[in-house]
Amino acid sequence: MGENGHNEKRRLNDPPRTFKLKIQRREKEGAPARWETFELPYRRNLNVISALMDVRKNPVTADGTQTTPPVWDMSCLEQVCGICTMVVDGRVRQSCSALIDDLLLASGSDTITLEPMSKFPNIRDLKVDRSKMFDHLKQVHAWIELDGSYNLGPGPQMSNEVAQDRYALSRCMTCGCCLEACPQYGDDKYIGPQAIAQARLFNIHPAGKMDIDERLAGLTGDDGIGNCGNAQNCVQVCPMNIPLTRAIYETNRDITVNTLFGWLKK
Amino acid sequence: MSSKGLKIAIVGGGLAGLAAAMKIAEAGHNVDLISVVPVKRSHSVCAQGGINGAVNTKGEGDSPAKHLDDTVYGGDFLANQPPVKRMTDMAPEIIYLFDRMGVPFSRTKEGLLDFRRFGGTLHHRTAFAGASTGQQLLYALDEQVRKYETLGTVTKYEGWEMLSLVLDDHQVCRGLIAMDLQSLELKAFKADAVIMATGGPGLIFGKSTNSMTCTGSAVSACYQHGARYANGEFIQVHPTSIPGEDKLRLMSESARGEGGRVWVPKNDGDKRDPKEIPEAERWYFLEEKYPAYGNLVPRDIATREIFQVCIDGHGVNSENQVYLDLTHIPAETLTRKLGAILEIYEMFVGDDPRHVPMRIFPGVHYSMGGLWVDFDQRTNIPGLLAAGECDYSIHGANRLGANSLVSCVYGGFVAAPAAIEYAANVERGETETNGIFDVELARQGELNQAVINSEGGENQYKLHEELGRVMTDNVTVVRYNDKLKATDDKLLELRERLKRISINDSNLWATQAIPHARQLGNMIELARVITLGALNRNESRGAHYKPEFPDRNDEEWLKTTIAEYADEAPVLSYKPVDVSLVEPRKRDYSKGKAKGN
Repeated sequence: MGENGHNEKRRLNDPPRTFKLKIQRREKEGAPARWETFELPYRRNLNVISALMDVRKNPVTADGTQTTPPVWDMSCLEQVCGICTMVVDGRVRQSCSALIDDLLLASGSDTITLEPMSKFPNIRDLKVDRSKMFDHLKQVHAWIELDGSYNLGPGPQMSNEVAQDRYALSRCMTCGCCLEACPQYGDDKYIGPQAIAQARLFNIHPAGKMDIDERLAGLTGDDGIGNCGNAQNCVQVCPMNIPLTRAIYETNRDITVNTLFGWLKK
Repeated sequence: MSSKGLKIAIVGGGLAGLAAAMKIAEAGHNVDLISVVPVKRSHSVCAQGGINGAVNTKGEGDSPAKHLDDTVYGGDFLANQPPVKRMTDMAPEIIYLFDRMGVPFSRTKEGLLDFRRFGGTLHHRTAFAGASTGQQLLYALDEQVRKYETLGTVTKYEGWEMLSLVLDDHQVCRGLIAMDLQSLELKAFKADAVIMATGGPGLIFGKSTNSMTCTGSAVSACYQHGARYANGEFIQVHPTSIPGEDKLRLMSESARGEGGRVWVPKNDGDKRDPKEIPEAERWYFLEEKYPAYGNLVPRDIATREIFQVCIDGHGVNSENQVYLDLTHIPAETLTRKLGAILEIYEMFVGDDPRHVPMRIFPGVHYSMGGLWVDFDQRTNIPGLLAAGECDYSIHGANRLGANSLVSCVYGGFVAAPAAIEYAANVERGETETNGIFDVELARQGELNQAVINSEGGENQYKLHEELGRVMTDNVTVVRYNDKLKATDDKLLELRERLKRISINDSNLWATQAIPHARQLGNMIELARVITLGALNRNESRGAHYKPEFPDRNDEEWLKTTIAEYADEAPVLSYKPVDVSLVEPRKRDYSKGKAKGN
């Protein structure tokens, strides 16, 4: 904390002349992984993306070997599209907001390690295929059923409190950090926190509530919410601070209520 | 009107593309949706501040007519007014529709939609979801389109890049060729109509506030096929961005909409902590020069003022930066209304804007120019339509904040029925398309192979940097004819050198070198349109400012620039602007509007 009572950024006081990027390489899915290390000149305010861009311009390893430019995904570079997610120094996060100064300070090392996420097919180098996450959104019917997109006036009135709760859930950018960190996620055993939280987003909407049964049905199959092991890793890695464990808890409660009282509806 | 089961191809899955996809699927037709990234990751997510619509919930007497007036006045009267009117009329129902789709808009005490102020207006007209409104609107459409995906009416091709149109012998658009960015497989997409919704071309300027997908490449391909490109020289430079090594990150206008103040120390090079500098020693130059609108003057004006203050040596620490100060507003209010953008600043710069004034500088942000379209979003190529930032139709010479989201949705909503109507009524024989897809597939394959075979030693990423530098230096805030001419010479040089690159990737699986080389070629063609359009236009209007011609000149230049492709240079011609609804008048933001509806 600084004197004004707010966080002040720690900065490298004595920055190195150079630093190293150690990158896991893979030619295509199924090919063996290997490591390559690149040495780059240090500059202030670099992030992992700009370091990767430097490598791409001149793909020569630290020991002088010419290689291919590493492949990775990037788009918004403002941590709002989610595409550039990878494992940086052992922690899953967006590489655009991973600042070189912070990483070197945290590790005390001169080397930053980059790996692709391990829970998704590895297309090449740091690029992965997360299309499964979008399939999960289909499974939980993560949308409002509209009567039609024509002009029917405003939506239901709601308190700002509900709107803010929904906003917190709605910031999910489908980046996959929660799934990478979840010990239960993998091999299609568990749908994972992101889809549960997105179901919750619509279940607490006054109109969305009307389709709660369909959404809960998507969460009570073999890969359903019951597979959550309550490790709570998801909330710790979520870059958008989405209350994932709360969404899981509340959805479980909805399912219990539905199971207990579902017969009343019939 | 029409039979069911037409096939419309949409290129781009941001707000405009998804808006069109939803409408087409809802009407019972089929969509092939082609996007370089999963559509949920499109650049629309970066729009922060909000969406305009004159809902008039604050008792201010706002109306769509005033929204129209603000938009065409802010755009320095270069926009055709009928489509702007149609958009501002539609805006309230667009906001209501998103409300029904579940967008978590901020709300009032009564539980109604809340509205904030934005630049270029004196009304609270901007609905917002925190400070990530674009993300929230995009997600709402993404969700609706996903529903149609489960029903089988929308088929997504994510990770595919459009390379070219396919035109028949009558120069009618019959589909397109796209490339799978993993396998480099080329595929022909036959379609009854094609809608371009690919966003802006910010990457032409190297670093901008745009996402890395915003190359303008597909639009440039359309232009090279004969589509007209209009008002290319009008590039918006946003007054407040955060300079970075890899990009310029946007600091939303909503920071000023919520009361943020722009200032520099009155003493040049004052090294004191900004909090230590007393009020009397701060120069709030926007408030001083524009008492009525203050920090919320339109973007072109704010940008030029900030730029000039820095050029004159008054920037903070005598560098290219000024303060954008929120620290007089309670931290709790800031977190609630602007949290998402304050986090971005904190994340990338390290200081907390609730307690330390931000340091910002203008950055390339938006293209007012784009594919020429008629009032139904149709380009001059039959069967080809365009919507969103990639079309030129709404913003004239300068876009007002929070008008981009509404124009994207409006464009998609107009393009969709227009595409259906065209496709349902056009008469043509199947035989006409025999062979044309194979010919274009072969041509695109050869172009890829030429990139693979090229061994001249030039580095494509360094060429891109050179492109960005020359465009940023000479074709942004202040423009001089000699420098514009020199820029075009440089672009011709880059075009030649691009033929001599060596892609340094021997592994063609998921390679980014070939797509980038193709994009770069297309970017250079569009850069020429922007540069030569600017060279030709000897006046100053909106975002286009020439010190040699400092005034707007309606007599000679109240007209739309039209560029048509030719190998030696774009052919420029001019069309009159439809100003039938609001008579052009001089812009003056130092006082409240003298006139207006």
